[in-house]
Amino acid sequence: MLTAILVDGISYGVILFIIAVGLSITMGLIRVVNMAHSGFAMMGGFAAAAFVAAGLPFELAMVAAVLFVAAISLPIERFLMRPVYGKSELEQALMTIGLVYVIIAASNSLFGATVTSLTFPSYVTGPITIFGHTAAKYRIVLIGAGVLIAFALWFFLERSTFGLKVRAAVDDASTAQTVGINTSRLYAVAFACGAGMAALGGVLGSQMMPMEPSYALKYLILVLAVVTVGGLGSIMGTFAAALLLGLLDTAAKYLLPEVAATAFYLAMFVVLIIRPQGLFGRGA
Amino acid sequence: MADIRSISEAPAASAGRSRHIPFLPEIALLAIGIAAYYLFPEDLALLTRIAITALLVLSLSLVLGQAGIATLGHAVFMGVGAYAAGLFAMHFNTDPLLGLVVGALAGGVFALFSGSLLLRTHGLTFLMLTVAVSQILYEVANQASWLTGGDDGLSGFKTSPLFGYFRFDLFSRTAFLYSLGVLVISYFVIRKIVESPFGMTIRGIRSDHIRMAALGNNVYRQLLVTFTIGGLFAGIAGALAAQTSHVVGLSTLSFHTSGEALVMLIVGGSRRLPGAILGTVIFLLVQHVASAINPYHWQFLIGALLILCVLALPGGLMGLVDSLWERMTGRRASNG
Repeated sequence: MLTAILVDGISYGVILFIIAVGLSITMGLIRVVNMAHSGFAMMGGFAAAAFVAAGLPFELAMVAAVLFVAAISLPIERFLMRPVYGKSELEQALMTIGLVYVIIAASNSLFGATVTSLTFPSYVTGPITIFGHTAAKYRIVLIGAGVLIAFALWFFLERSTFGLKVRAAVDDASTAQTVGINTSRLYAVAFACGAGMAALGGVLGSQMMPMEPSYALKYLILVLAVVTVGGLGSIMGTFAAALLLGLLDTAAKYLLPEVAATAFYLAMFVVLIIRPQGLFGRGA
Repeated sequence: MADIRSISEAPAASAGRSRHIPFLPEIALLAIGIAAYYLFPEDLALLTRIAITALLVLSLSLVLGQAGIATLGHAVFMGVGAYAAGLFAMHFNTDPLLGLVVGALAGGVFALFSGSLLLRTHGLTFLMLTVAVSQILYEVANQASWLTGGDDGLSGFKTSPLFGYFRFDLFSRTAFLYSLGVLVISYFVIRKIVESPFGMTIRGIRSDHIRMAALGNNVYRQLLVTFTIGGLFAGIAGALAAQTSHVVGLSTLSFHTSGEALVMLIVGGSRRLPGAILGTVIFLLVQHVASAINPYHWQFLIGALLILCVLALPGGLMGLVDSLWERMTGRRASNG
């Protein structure tokens, strides 16, 4: 029981992390509320399914889907998001909710209202036994992938020039601009990277969060909760919040299924009342 | 900063006009309602729903449009009012007007209570907290089925005839006229609040809360008062919904209802009160027609409209109407 909760909870948390981290960075960096972020995750899953159906092997379809979603996000950033940078949170939220509706309607007309499934290669399916405990191989692979991605991302932001610019702009956008950082290009690239990460999360997590047009709304609150609880712009915070909420939700579903949804929102409520800036966020 | 002009001029302009015809907005609203009553006698149930939803959106217009409190959980107060009125009718008294008072009190008290915690935060954190509150309440109502009827909804309560004389008939005749009457009176009260010095203060907070605080305003308390009044009117809308449909569903509490109310307000125009009515009427009528054809086309339409409103029509449809009016007559429209 405990193993099941841990494996399921952590792997769920890892998927939440991969989807949400892009949003956390763009929200910390650009200070824009993007309700359509889970829509990018959904697009990734659908695109991968379409590429597989077109004959691509799974691994290639996944890479293609990530690139495809990142490419689509560029014009969205340029023509829809950029006009609302610097406007109120409400206007940003409304515009992107509108975008969610459009994405849902488009997915429905392309893929139908039912669940579109994505078949994973045989080497990540089936059970695996570790230290005498049996678990789904898929979930163990996910946990490994998540830790790898978190580390790679952290390394990238800490060590690369691009990461340095991003961190500078998160701290103070106007000073970053003054010292010659092209912030609008930085925003576009960060937005596309975030969308690509969400797409990757959508593909990897499609066994847990199946692809259907309502996906974009269904998991929206979940992803936003992870980002606000973790604190905007903090990779560590997003990782901690994703694991915390993933584990809590899974444990509650196993132990007290009637109150599972309440437990999740109650946890979010308590954290945000005590620390409005999130676990790892800086004071407002 | 462009708001400064509308803040200072709007009440003065409307005072100038109401010298000629007092209660003009209310009379117009009542006349349109009564015309609809005689023109569409078959659709009174839909019209009743429109009138009740319009009251919810109107209360949101005060909270969000005037004071700028961005909430995604406003329908919670409608749900609380609906359950309170339903339970009151079931266990104590079936008089509709007493039920309205109970619904208003429940919505107002809950708004005061939750607002006193939530309004200490702002921006995205506030937005997420309002979502959390509505989801928690939704789950609580879902689990407490001994009290609320859970997933099946609360039913089995009656509503006595209005003033002891007008019975609530099957064709929703009484229900519609009753809801319309409550809507018109509420519109008047909310308009008076908007035109009062208090209304000007909360519009000032919307434009620049730091400057308002520097001028000596207790911003937190004024927002809390606005939030409570909004919750009170949403509670009345909830009581109306319970009394006219004789059932309270879980969906009144859900965050989707809040989201829809928000869309209606933004599409109609959040800066001026008539926008709330206009948005509700258009949204529900188009939904009634379009979702029967294909629900996904409806979603596409709403999404595109929202994007358009934020990017190109910040005043919503009402803003469009106003600028046409201004061009035609050369006069600025009032706030009412």
